[in-house]
Amino acid sequence: MSDVVIPFDHRQTAHCESGVVSRLLSHAGLPISEPMAFGVGTGLGYAYLPFVKFGGLPLYAFRMPPKAVLKGVQKRLGVRFKFETFSDADEGMRALDRHLDEGRVVGLQTNVFWLPYFPPDMRFHFNAHNLLVHGRQGDQYLVSDPVMDIPTSISAADLKKARSAKGTLAPKSLLYYPVHVPKKEDVDWGRAIRDALRFTTGMMLYTPFPLVGVWGIRTAARALRKLPLGDQRRVKLHIGHMVRMQEEIGTGGGGFRFIFAGFLQEAAALLAKPSLSDGAEKITTAGDHWRQFGLAAAKMCKDRQPLDLDFLADQMLEIADLEKAAYRGLRKQV
Amino acid sequence: MKKDEVPQHNAKAFMGRSKALYALGEDGGYQIVPSKGWEAEEIVLDQAIDEFKRLAADAHAKAKAGLASPLEYHMYARRMDLVLLADVSGFWRWQVRRHLRPGAFAALSRPKQERYAEALGLSVETLNATPEEA
Repeated sequence: MSDVVIPFDHRQTAHCESGVVSRLLSHAGLPISEPMAFGVGTGLGYAYLPFVKFGGLPLYAFRMPPKAVLKGVQKRLGVRFKFETFSDADEGMRALDRHLDEGRVVGLQTNVFWLPYFPPDMRFHFNAHNLLVHGRQGDQYLVSDPVMDIPTSISAADLKKARSAKGTLAPKSLLYYPVHVPKKEDVDWGRAIRDALRFTTGMMLYTPFPLVGVWGIRTAARALRKLPLGDQRRVKLHIGHMVRMQEEIGTGGGGFRFIFAGFLQEAAALLAKPSLSDGAEKITTAGDHWRQFGLAAAKMCKDRQPLDLDFLADQMLEIADLEKAAYRGLRKQV
Repeated sequence: MKKDEVPQHNAKAFMGRSKALYALGEDGGYQIVPSKGWEAEEIVLDQAIDEFKRLAADAHAKAKAGLASPLEYHMYARRMDLVLLADVSGFWRWQVRRHLRPGAFAALSRPKQERYAEALGLSVETLNATPEEA
């Protein structure tokens, strides 16, 4: 096979999915920032799912499920992506080659553990990591991974393994690319932003289910208070796990709250609606509180601060109030 | 978080790489600020890695003593647990639990061992051996 190199402007972003969307669309002629892609794609969320286990610990999600941003951007900006999945991993690789030969940059879903260019200690089994491939040189594929500070590459065998990983959220060799991209001036940004904000604030405030949104934060706080303190090691693993879900690769800090605040700032400028900046400030405060929660929890893991679950739970309740006020304010604007 | 509050704690795990955080610049607008790591994140990452190491070391000792199959060691060494390995290999959890016993694992047919090998990204030969050091 001959080499293919599609010139691509690699930029580091915070989150893989909103990063991929931002870079793919910008490459295709619709310049869009990561926060805007994340906001319009309604990436923000909260869910505490005690029945979904990672190493025996519950899922604490600070965003909507994988592919939400891709689909949200599709719905609100009039972009069309083509998604292709393959039950046969080799067929998935051949399809990738065909797209590259046709000069197309494509997004891929992969499992992080099988990506050797990640530092070893950052490699865990997470099936919904997105990256971009923009060329092939010999056995190596050229990768623009949005969470990496530098462009990188991966061997065909490794990429195949990472794309065909099995289990929850299995990528099934998914590849995707935009087939229709409107011009920036043809997008109704006002409508897209208002619609996205209505969705996100409604989901956070009014989901009639105690594990989702602001109610979910409260439920998680209550459950945290009740963790059996008999097994301190286990409790520390639990709160450490909460901090990892909040901060590790790709949340931009404070469980995506700072990215979302960035979106609100951008929206305020774009729609000439300074009142949205007020929401940005409130969400920033919530993000700062999440960071303080993370620091306190981490210190407790290391015994640099006494293990105090009530203290952590109270912080979460405070955050729930801050976020509730922020979403209510935003909802009045749209 | 303001730009100058973005932690730069030179986390070992980053191996010289950096990650992007969003922080407020001097003009009050959000921008991407690369971070070299944060103490809090480093603590909880080390904790998760150490937990896998501990489980792998325990499984290694058990395998050496003939109390567990090498599968248990390799499972933890590959940062999986029983639930995940069952999910990825397509075996039921009770089957995986059984295969963690030395006899049951050794009695597995080659195709079944290959399913585990594929799930863990190892050769069948490596899967059947317990390395000298955990």
